[in-house]
Amino acid sequence: MAALFQAPTAFSSSNSLDSNKFNHSPSPRSLSERKSSILTVRSDARSNPLLNSAAHKPHRFITNAVATKPDTSLASTSSKPGHELLLFEALREGLEEEMERDPRVCVMGEDVGHYGGSYKVTKGLATKFGDLRVLDTPIAENSFTGMGIGAAMTGLRPIIEGMNMGFLLLAFNQISNNCGMLHYTSGGQFKIPVVIRGPGGVGRQLGAEHSQRLESYFQSIPGIQMVACSTPYNAKGLMKAAIRSENPVILFEHVLLYNLKDRIPDEEYVLSLEEAEMVRPGEHVTILTYSRMRYHVMQAAKTLVNKGYDPEVIDIRSLKPFDLHTIGKSVKKTHRVLIVEECMRTGGIGASLTAAITENFNDDLDAPIVCLSSQDVPTPYAGTLEEWTVVQPAQIVTAVEQLCQ
Amino acid sequence: MPLSRIASQSHASNLLKPLSTALSLRRSISSDSTTPLTIETSLPFTSHKCDAPPRAVDTSASELFSFFRDMATMRRMEISADSLYKAKLIRGFCHLYDGQEAVAVGMEAAITKKDAIITAYRDHCTFVGRGGTLLEVFGELMGRTCGGSKGKGGSMHLYRKQDSFYGGHGIVGAQIPLGCGLAFAQRYSKEENVTFTMYGDGAANQGQLFEALNMAALWDLPAILVCENNHYGMGTAEWRASKSPAYYKRGDYVPGLKVDGMDVLAVKQACKFAKEHALKNGPLILEMDTYRYHGHSMSDPGSTYRTRDEISGVRQERDPIERVRKLLLAHDIASEKELKDLEKQVRKDVDDAIAKAKESPMPDPSELFTHVYVKGLGAESFGADRKEVRATLP
Repeated sequence: MAALFQAPTAFSSSNSLDSNKFNHSPSPRSLSERKSSILTVRSDARSNPLLNSAAHKPHRFITNAVATKPDTSLASTSSKPGHELLLFEALREGLEEEMERDPRVCVMGEDVGHYGGSYKVTKGLATKFGDLRVLDTPIAENSFTGMGIGAAMTGLRPIIEGMNMGFLLLAFNQISNNCGMLHYTSGGQFKIPVVIRGPGGVGRQLGAEHSQRLESYFQSIPGIQMVACSTPYNAKGLMKAAIRSENPVILFEHVLLYNLKDRIPDEEYVLSLEEAEMVRPGEHVTILTYSRMRYHVMQAAKTLVNKGYDPEVIDIRSLKPFDLHTIGKSVKKTHRVLIVEECMRTGGIGASLTAAITENFNDDLDAPIVCLSSQDVPTPYAGTLEEWTVVQPAQIVTAVEQLCQ
Repeated sequence: MPLSRIASQSHASNLLKPLSTALSLRRSISSDSTTPLTIETSLPFTSHKCDAPPRAVDTSASELFSFFRDMATMRRMEISADSLYKAKLIRGFCHLYDGQEAVAVGMEAAITKKDAIITAYRDHCTFVGRGGTLLEVFGELMGRTCGGSKGKGGSMHLYRKQDSFYGGHGIVGAQIPLGCGLAFAQRYSKEENVTFTMYGDGAANQGQLFEALNMAALWDLPAILVCENNHYGMGTAEWRASKSPAYYKRGDYVPGLKVDGMDVLAVKQACKFAKEHALKNGPLILEMDTYRYHGHSMSDPGSTYRTRDEISGVRQERDPIERVRKLLLAHDIASEKELKDLEKQVRKDVDDAIAKAKESPMPDPSELFTHVYVKGLGAESFGADRKEVRATLP
């Protein structure tokens, strides 16, 4: 039994980077060649000159939520700064960099090790870091989540992967009572620096139980932070920030966004966990969204722009706590708010956001807040029905038109 | 049988009491002596898939004396908590450990402060055994700032990080995977320490126990799962809740040992054996056959599901403190008067701690919002104006 464990290279800071073992396909450069300077990036891209030259240009948006067609500018890849990769590779890059940087970071979950992760986020890491640091657990969400939390109490920094976010419902007690509350009930003695991550959201006909959006269930747990990533750039940045945070962070990924391709900087960067991202500045209406719905919103935005509207699109990214500073600034400018989310209508993130905005910025609103969410039904299997459960771009366009009358 | 032998010896020493007090200067063993004593446990160990440790336990006079003192302190603390609860100074849930002190004390004797202990909500005595002070216990029970968790945890949430005591958990069985995680961290960091994960006979039916056992056995984690079997899961007797009440056998592929949990020396021997086993061979289950005199908690009288005769019977036959008292008297380590004086001192210490805890203030209202988050990377802003969330209380 003990032979399964390679000696963890945990405490040797000089981990040899064998780039041959890397399954890092599109990148022309390996990890070791990148500069190691850290910069913390604010979401307001215009203020940071470094960003303007990098991939994340504020006015470019990806309209197809599952972008698998090759990048048209492939010929000029080497001349542009940064490197291209898919979202799951960005997550892996962030994870790998943090595991190299801190020997206490470890991953545990089902099929994360030898299989490489069901969505390939941890591919190659077990060969590099050993079986103890990238741990294949049995199918026992409740206890391996508890195990991660117990390990975190002693100082380790585990990343617990739920193969699908919906499976973490089995670990709800551990996440709510132990993860969220131990720092408080122990009077500050224990920190729980875990990251709980996994794909959620409505996929392509995956069925009701595999299409859950758990952000609405977890949002009232005190003591945790929740973030949702939507692009390769913010996926890597949020993953690194979540690992470095001393608080427990739940990182929500989306099943349909894993193959998004984008260009990210070569330099090391960490994003702020509590900041929202300005996707498209505008004047007429503030559209707040996160995760996959960002792409439906941007698709609707194209139509809206053609119709003469100027929507301001903000990817809220931080689901708990809300970045009310960025949102407030936007509301004060446009005076109209539309929330587009994939959560259920009842008790979802949109409901909490509506309450928060009304409480804080009621005087700045010219119209009631409109919240577009998924229907309060289990996600059906049939493709047409599934399409109608989530918010589609056409509905967003109609809602904006009605709001801006 | 060893117990009857000791009983007859103490009877003899009672008769000779005037003579022995006169001869006290010439006592063979003093209570400070560290010369080794070997005493047999009252019952043999029953084992499952392992070799039972020997019944002869190595101890010393000073250790036996410290057992008595620690158990007497714990007993007095729990009885005082009972009175405080009835005086409405302690509210909510209060689960008392009297009767089970031998488990906490015996375990401490076998391990170091680097070995981790995690338990459920019946944690006052385990906390004290790990190094917590009486003031911290009473302060926390009464919700004052001098409490171990600054008054924010309560009876079920006592922790002591510097002495590797990880609590203190309210949900039955949820601490078992946490304990597995503590053992995982010990293995990860290659420390030669073990984790004692304690749970009750009620929690033994939780699925998470078997999930954690599987993982601990799969990865050879240095986890020792200790089932404190007091035979009642709140109001349900073990035979009504468990198909197989042989909890030490429930691990199947994991070896187990059944221990008389009212005999502090047996507990010490078993824990010592378990630590050696876990460091070499992976997890082990210890079933401590013990008993609680109080009900499940202060809201449970404890007599609706068991007879008063049963409770007083156990108190007479198996009480852990009386057992050590008899040993001390039999081996002439202390006299009756000395033990009585010690108990008086313990009572005074407990009363002093309660008085001091009563003087400690309730937490300030601003403490409502502290320790929810840790100040870490980026955790600066929370509200609309980027200041921390602080509501003004009426």
